[in-house]
Amino acid sequence: MEKIVMPQLGESVTEGTISKWLVRVGDQVSRYDPLCEVSTDKVNAEVPSTVAGRISKIVVAEGETVAVGTLICYIETVRETTDQPIAPQSPQETQETKQRYSPAVLRIAQDHQIDLSKVTGTGAGGRITRKDVLAYLEGSSETNASVEDQDSPTSQEQVPTISSIKDQVIPISPVRKTIAERMVQSKQEAPHAWMVMEADVTNLVAFRERKKIEFKQREGFSLTYLPFFIKAIVEALKEYPMINSEWTEQGIVMKKEVHISIAVAREDALFVPVIRDADQKSIYGIAREIDQLVRKTREGKLTVADLSGGTFTVNNTGAFGSVLSAPILNPPQAAILSVEKIIKKPVVIDNMIAIRDQVNLCLSLDHRVLDGLICGRFLQSVKRRIESYGEGTEIF
Amino acid sequence: MAMISYIEAVTQALREEMLRDQRVFILGEDVGVRGGVFRATAGLYEEFGESRVIDAPLAESAIAGVAIGAAAYGMRPIAEMQFADFIMTAVNQIVNEAAKMRYRSNGDWNCPVVIRAPYGGGVHGALYHSQSIEAMFCNVPGLKVVAPSTPYDVKGLLRSAIHDNDPVLFLEHKRCYRLIKGEVPDTDYTVPIGKAEIKRDGSDLTVFAYGLMFHYVMQAAEKLALEGVQTQVVDVRTLYPLDRETIIAAAKSTGKVLIVHEDNKEGGLGSEISAVIAEECLFDLDAPIKRLCGPDVPAMPYSPPMEKFFMLGPDKIYLAMKELAEF
Repeated sequence: MEKIVMPQLGESVTEGTISKWLVRVGDQVSRYDPLCEVSTDKVNAEVPSTVAGRISKIVVAEGETVAVGTLICYIETVRETTDQPIAPQSPQETQETKQRYSPAVLRIAQDHQIDLSKVTGTGAGGRITRKDVLAYLEGSSETNASVEDQDSPTSQEQVPTISSIKDQVIPISPVRKTIAERMVQSKQEAPHAWMVMEADVTNLVAFRERKKIEFKQREGFSLTYLPFFIKAIVEALKEYPMINSEWTEQGIVMKKEVHISIAVAREDALFVPVIRDADQKSIYGIAREIDQLVRKTREGKLTVADLSGGTFTVNNTGAFGSVLSAPILNPPQAAILSVEKIIKKPVVIDNMIAIRDQVNLCLSLDHRVLDGLICGRFLQSVKRRIESYGEGTEIF
Repeated sequence: MAMISYIEAVTQALREEMLRDQRVFILGEDVGVRGGVFRATAGLYEEFGESRVIDAPLAESAIAGVAIGAAAYGMRPIAEMQFADFIMTAVNQIVNEAAKMRYRSNGDWNCPVVIRAPYGGGVHGALYHSQSIEAMFCNVPGLKVVAPSTPYDVKGLLRSAIHDNDPVLFLEHKRCYRLIKGEVPDTDYTVPIGKAEIKRDGSDLTVFAYGLMFHYVMQAAEKLALEGVQTQVVDVRTLYPLDRETIIAAAKSTGKVLIVHEDNKEGGLGSEISAVIAEECLFDLDAPIKRLCGPDVPAMPYSPPMEKFFMLGPDKIYLAMKELAEF
């Protein structure tokens, strides 16, 4: 559904009047087809359609005057779009906690002989603000006055005290706030269930060891395990498309496109950029995209497009050394898979003990949408694909 | 009281002053038959005729020069620069002639000219129709620079500018023209040049702004008020010479100062305002003086995302105000 708004028809023009609609509800329009005639105090012009589709609703009637940017009609397009809230990308620096006083605070403290170590700071990083000193001053003079007024010294009232331990208050940055809201929403709305499967990646490890130096030299970035895992997951998603879905009030939406969200951690926050159309990419293609997204995340250059539209999330918790995790779903997606650390373990094969490279694949699922049976099959499929990697695997 | 737009306030002030004083006349590009490209002089040609509403050739130096000559001769000319961006060819006339006339002649001559110029961006005007040029004229003694933000102030300050016996550069934010509406009384009021106004009171921080940014600051202040932060907003109104008294008093009252302008940051009005505060009330400051301004980039880009990057809006201003409030 595309929203058509009143365009800006010239500098300084802020409103326009719809003089005539050239389409009716139900009409099919192509891109650039005229939708209506608009008159402003400067010009008369036709408003062209920005998309192809069917007029589904006209919001502003003929003769009405509305501000630039006001919704005037809806056009139903063929492709459905998803809107996801985006984490703002301006992480705040945490303030120093060192006690430094502003000129205003020092002056008031000197004028009234206030011991600043007795004042509680409410500013950034616990800084004592001018308001804090003024409030302290007001509080102490009030206390003194009330004591003087009383005949007997029964009152044990004290000047406001501070806690002996210097607790630090870290202001909540916009990114932190978004993460918090999304995680709470996910945990409250989606009943999480959890499943883990172990895969033998000995052959993959050997294969990557052989390829990685040559790859780095030729391509300029490292060949990690993640693109192999994502490739296997994407193929399994094609086999079990139900996993690639989301719960809505209208019904369970099974997504045609496979866009993989990957969790990328920064010191202060977590971002989830998206590998679009991952099912159309080779291992190399996925690897290159991961490299670019990670770099953009570190440089704070992620765009709205980079962060939206994911249909399934892969989290590389193994990178932190984790061997088991229960990830929280990335709403509105129905499942999330975390790949844990690859570790050498004694494993029984054909009644013999062997040392193998093993990895845990942990899947959290939205139990409204998915059940254990299908998820088990899906994980089996991922496991089978991962275990089949080795000599002969096509990277490009 | 009537509710009128920012540009209607311009037209009304021009018309009423022309009716009041026969010496007042207008000259500029397309100001006559066309009524101005923004329609600021609409109807005046019809009412006052071609000798008082003069369509000038496309030569800003000539428009300013003729106006200055007429002013020296005793007339009250109002010269229009079609866009402030085009004022550059008239700088010599304005700075070297108009601004210095009284001083140079030891008070024998003066130059009561008003130069009106629509400035500012956010209208997809690109490089040559979006500039903020105020900083260049704000260190020219002898010249006054005025930049109102509300219809009330537009009308009152334009009247004062026309009454003023020395040159006034009158800057009108073109995005405000039809966006901003406000109540204007029918009386012959004026607003004094050289006076800033505290348009919103608050105890948590003080924000200085003018023109379009003043309105964005007010929007951000409303939003912050919902979170319990009370913002004092000062509309600077006269950019040169600055109203030091009001600026210092306002800065002292909260101790936290943010200056917002659309013009480039380095060497902009914010530099001067912050210098005044730093000189006069260091010991009342509770936080570093902050500026939120246009980037130091040669001009406003045409591409919508780039223009959005360049322009300040209520959201960017809100974040800067919040950060300062929380400091």
